[in-house]
Formats: sequence, structure tokens, C-alpha cells
Amino acid sequence: MARTFMKGSEAVAEAAVRAGCRFFAGYPITPQNEVPEYFSRRLPEVGGNFVQGESEVASINMVYGAASAGVRAMTSSSSPGIALKSEGISYCASARIPIVYTNFARGGPGVGSIQPAQMDYFEATKAAGNGGFQMMVLAPSTVQEAVDLTVKAFELADRDRNPVHILADGVIATMMEPVELPEMMSEEEVQKIRESKKNWACVGHKLDYANRAWIQPGQWQTTVMQKCNEEAAALYESWKKNDVMVEEYMVEDAEIILTAYGISGRIAKSSVDILRKKGIKVGLIRPITLNPFPTEAFEKLDYSKVKAILDVEMSIPAQYATDVEAVVRRRCPVEKCLCSGGNVMSREAVLEAVMKLAGQEA
Amino acid sequence: MAELLYSRTKTIQEDKVSGFCPGCMHSSIMKLIGEVIDELGIVDKTAAVLGIGCCGLQMDYMAYDNITAPHGRACAVATGMKRANPDTIYYTYQGDGDLASIGLAETMSAANRGENFTVIFVNNGIYGMTGGQLAPTTLFGMKASTAPKGRIAEEHGYPMHVCETLDQLTAPYYLARTSCNTPANVMKTKQAIKKAFEYQMAGKGFSLVEIVTSCPTNWGLDSLKALDFLEENMLKEYPLGVVRDKGMEEK
Amino acid sequence: METNLCVAGFGGQGVMTLGKFLASATCDSTDKNVTFFPSYGAEQRGGTANCYVVISDEMIGAPLGDTMDDLIVMNGPSLKKFIGTLKPGGRLFINSSIVKDKIERTDVEIVEAPVTELALEMGNAKVLNVIMLGVYVGYTEVIAPEIVWGTVEHKLSSKPKLLPLNKAAFDKGLEIGRQFKEKNGKN
Repeated sequence: MARTFMKGSEAVAEAAVRAGCRFFAGYPITPQNEVPEYFSRRLPEVGGNFVQGESEVASINMVYGAASAGVRAMTSSSSPGIALKSEGISYCASARIPIVYTNFARGGPGVGSIQPAQMDYFEATKAAGNGGFQMMVLAPSTVQEAVDLTVKAFELADRDRNPVHILADGVIATMMEPVELPEMMSEEEVQKIRESKKNWACVGHKLDYANRAWIQPGQWQTTVMQKCNEEAAALYESWKKNDVMVEEYMVEDAEIILTAYGISGRIAKSSVDILRKKGIKVGLIRPITLNPFPTEAFEKLDYSKVKAILDVEMSIPAQYATDVEAVVRRRCPVEKCLCSGGNVMSREAVLEAVMKLAGQEA
Repeated sequence: MAELLYSRTKTIQEDKVSGFCPGCMHSSIMKLIGEVIDELGIVDKTAAVLGIGCCGLQMDYMAYDNITAPHGRACAVATGMKRANPDTIYYTYQGDGDLASIGLAETMSAANRGENFTVIFVNNGIYGMTGGQLAPTTLFGMKASTAPKGRIAEEHGYPMHVCETLDQLTAPYYLARTSCNTPANVMKTKQAIKKAFEYQMAGKGFSLVEIVTSCPTNWGLDSLKALDFLEENMLKEYPLGVVRDKGMEEK
Repeated sequence: METNLCVAGFGGQGVMTLGKFLASATCDSTDKNVTFFPSYGAEQRGGTANCYVVISDEMIGAPLGDTMDDLIVMNGPSLKKFIGTLKPGGRLFINSSIVKDKIERTDVEIVEAPVTELALEMGNAKVLNVIMLGVYVGYTEVIAPEIVWGTVEHKLSSKPKLLPLNKAAFDKGLEIGRQFKEKNGKN
């Protein structure tokens, strides 16, 4: 298939359209402005709808509305904007409405910096809004993976009737890379998906109290609320068994394990190649799903051989590392190679950190 | 043979008991909307977008499609729904705190875009469900649980006039203020709701019906005294009438 | 084999376009991996702009390296900012029309081209980036000049009137690049 040279933000938008997304609402924020810009051009071509919301808060609620009317819908933002969307995301999770949203993360906290960062790991995986809900969180490390995961996100959202979150970063948004785009979903298929949601979507139904569409982001009765939460918890639990995605690279004989997600993941991977050429036994565990967490990848390590795990993360303080520490349970040291403030993770810094762990001069 | 003069709207589930306070007008408005839906024959293609607060209490009694929006976001949710699915009739149902305070941006922006749905705005000048706090529409002299001395201009500003504010925008098609304090006004409210729905069905864009109501519980009055207060005070601040009707202008 | 290039200059000098032409050409016509990564200031106009292009036979890690194999500087401030990132033995391309600073480093190859003046001589100040693209490709042969021109031609296909000027600009650049290659004793 032909390669297209595309910016990450635009490739994600195109992939979404090809996956049948027919509604997008968003609000400008750097570094992902090309996402709404692209949708504003593209969606009218396929009979879809684009709205520039009056805020991030309004935008996520438009998406909540559109998805509740049975359409594949999406929004996108960057860190401070994602925080604003948490209200609507929580509503979608509670009402079990399938939506997809991307965070092309930038520095934080506060207005932070407009440059890339990985400061939103906890927010994405632990508390994307009130109420302790969870979503599958997908973390692409290349533009191609961002495209593939966008398509997957819509499938997962519909399968589970739950929001799916793509946690990318400003590098993935702004960099250009060759990609192979998925096939355009046929209009028949788009309609079929829409039809399949008609029984629960708020589109009007024959008068029948029991079978009306009733989209409830909360419950009056405590017993019903608890039941809903138990069902949701069972869903979250099922992901751990069925939906973990992880890249394990040269892990088998590795004495030092790099672990990183997203853009840091690919920088770590290229470091492994360089270090292997120097004879250092190093491997990589790169989660593609941050939730569910790839626990098994760390469980099956032979800790009699592994000297150390090195967390490579564009966040200070480290966030992803705490989940790694929780699975490793002190069976080996978890060291950290961190940066924060807008600079992209330096490969030199990764190489140096590994050399130090390996007891060699850089 | 007996002639059927009146039958209850089927849009309200018969075996459900309303949880609204005595003297509250939500139940009357709910019934009026139901009757309009019946008369227009659109029950199988109508969905309500309910605001947060007492507005949302009806979700359990209404027999047709509905969704609950986050506080203040009904106009954003309805924007998404209507754009995604233009064949369905969508209306939002919001109180004054929801629509004019936390949701003012969503209300103004949807009105300014001329979104093709209907807003039913219930203005009783106070927060109901949370217990009588100051609303943007609270009158001078009306005590609120967060304004123990009542509204003070220097501190709280002035009662907000939603219809008149929206009238500054070009896009809205129909803006009317009605009440449910007398049988005549109840009929006028129903006519206004019907008109707004018809305009939506004709694709005319944004319409809003503001219904001035009482809240006996939080006003601290019995139902009848609340009606007097409404007439003497609320309607003075919020005069009834059609603020804009592009349909009439076009005729 | 991996080549890390940084292109830097004022906003408005076509720095991003230069990088994109090169990266797109690599994507369209080779099997190599390639990334383009822009870095802007918060300003919409003025300020500095720079981008990074990585071309590699292997998987690319970061779309910007810590150190550069090649550096193109279109103005003085960019030289100051980025000269320290150039590897020993790296290649430095300078817009000598406006970069007048003395180059302190002796461990790098230097290619000087007065692209601002040349563009003005050709009658359009905007083609300075296409001239510089030609210089870079002519000197490095990182990918074949015909491939690069093919991409430029394709990107400008909606403005056919601009093609002859751009072709002349690109060829002029190639010529300069090749002359320097000979001069610097490279094959």
C-alpha cells in the first residue's frame, strides 16, 4: 500500500473519518490545532458534522450528544483542554456512551508549556474525571501506530460502550512520518453501525416506557447505581485478560530493561539497537495500552537476571514509573531517566543512563 | 354515546408519581410539552435533553427518549444530537441556574449558531434542588440561602433577562416569555411551545420559550401566595410576551 | 545509516517548506524511514523557526537528534543557537547573504551560498529556500536530486506559473552544492 507523508494530527483525523467517525467537536489549543482544522475540511465531504465548540467543555458535551444519537464521534485536545473535558468524559463513562478522544499532551501543570510532554499519565489512567471510572488508554509511539490505534479505538468504544482515550503527545501531533492509511469504511458500513445503536440511542422510539432510550449518566437508586458500577468494574477487569497490548523488544536475555510509552517508547527502542551493538544486554517493554497495564510483561521477567529496569518518561515527577514499581515489587531496582518542561527525551541521556547501570563509561 | 373530551397525554408514564413539590409548575409544563408532542404526532421522533436540578426529576416519568446533560451543557449536548441526527426533534429543558449561570456560554453560543432545536427555559428565580441559592434571575428582595439579605446590586448584580439578552443575537428564530400562573397563561405557554416545536420541524433554527414559574418551597411561601408573589414581582421583572418571532416578521 | 538535519532561520524564510520538501521526497520515492518535526515559537509571525528531518535506513527513534549531522542556517541567530549541536565532521550550510559571523569551528565542512541575494536576482525573494534545498541536495546527495525536484514539482502543481522559477532556483542551488563538493574534496 502507498505511503503518505502526513502530520500525526491530520493522520489521526483522517483515520477517524475512515473508521466511520462522522462527528467532531473541538476547541483550539496548541499543539493539536490541525486536528479540528482537518476535520472542518474533511467531515462535510463525507456527510459528517464539525462544530468548533465555544469551549472544551461544550465540545466534549457535543460529542456526548452526537454519540448518544448513535454516531461515531470524537474530540481532541491537549493537556489543559483535556482537564476541562473531564466533566463530559465522566458523563460518557457513567452513561456508557462510546466516544473516542485524543490528548496530544503538552507540558504541565497549569498552562504549562506548548511543547510535548508526558505529564498526563495519572489523569488518563487513574482519574480522567470524577467517579473512579476507567477507559482503555492507548499510547501510540509513531504516526502509523496513532492511525492504527484510532481505528481500533472506535471498535473498542463501540464494543464496550465506553469512552476510549488515546494518549499521545505533542511530538506525535506535529511530526510528519510516512503512513499507510486504512481503507475508507463504506457508507453502508457506517449506516450499519448507526443502525446497530438504534435501540439505545436517543433518536426517538415508539411510545413504550420500558423500551424508550434513556441515557442516564447517574442513577437515583443507590442499588441501581451500585449495579452499574459493578458491571463497569467487570468490564474493566475483562480488559486485563483480553486487551493488553505491549511491545516486548529484545527482552529475553536482557539484563537491563528499558520501559517507556509513546514517544519515549520509540526513543528507548532506538537506544536498545545502539546499545545492543555495543554488546549491552538491554531490552524494552513498551505498553501500547496504558490501561489495561501490561502486568504480565513484567511478571514473566527473570529477576535473577534482570539487574535493573529503567523508566524513560517525559514527566517530572515520574508517573508511569509508579505503576512499574507496583508490578515489579522491589524484585529489582526501578531507575528513572526523566525530562520535563517541553524538551523531547534525549537519546543521549537514555544511552548514558543505561551505560551507567551497566557499569560502563558512556 | 359519550364523547371523549380529554385524555391524559401518554407521554407521561401513568404508574409513576410525580416527585415535584406541591405548587411546582414543572409538572404542568411537562404535561404541556407532552400534549404538544401528541398533537404534532412526533412522539416516536422526539427526545428531551434534561438539565441538572429539578428539571431532571421528570426523567423517570417521561415515557419517551431522554438524556441527562451535565449541569449547564444541555445546549451543547443538543447541538451534538441534532447535528448528528437532524430528523429527530430535540428540546432541552433547563432551569435558570443551569441555563443562565453555569450554562450561559452554551446557551448563548447555541443561540448564536442558530442551532435547530428548542429550549424550554424554566425561570423560577432560584436554585430549587440544591436548596434556594441565589440564581442569576433572583429578584431584589428575594432571600436566598447564599444571599441571606436578598439580592444586593453591588454584590450580586441585577436579575438577568435571558430572552432580551438573546434578542441581541441575529440567529434566534423565536423567543417568548410565558407563565403558568393562570389558565389563560397556561394556554399561551402551550401555544408558545407548539410554535417553537413547529419552527424546529420546519428547520428554522433556535427557539427558546422562557416560562416564569414559582418555587413555593424555596420561596418559603404556600402555593397560592407563591402565585401572588409571581404575579406581583416576577412578572414585573420578567414581562410576558413574544420577544422575537421571525415567523411573524416573515409573514 | 541515519542523517539528522536541522534547518533554522527566521519565520517566513521557508525553513519548514524546505524540510518538508526533502522529507516528502524521501517518503514518496524511497523505502527509507523519514520524519519531519517542526519547532515553532509561540509567535505567529517573526521569531525563529526551525525543523528537523531524520532520514534513516533503520527505525527512527526521536524525530530530532541531540546532535546534528547537517545544519542549514538561514540567519545569524540560528547559527549562534545551533552551531553547538553540529557533530564533528558535520556539514554546515550557510545563507551567506545575511550570516556574516565568522565560523569558529574548524572541524566541520562549510558550504556557503548567498541564497537571499540569488533569489532577489532571480526576481522572487521567496525562492531562497528552494535554492538552499538544491545546495543541500547537490552537496550531500542524501537522496537523488531528480526525486527531490519531482516532489517540489508535485507540490507546486496547482501553481504551474511558479514552476520555471523554482526549477531555475533548484538547479542554481544544485550547481552551487556540487561546486562546493568538489572544492571540499568530496566524492
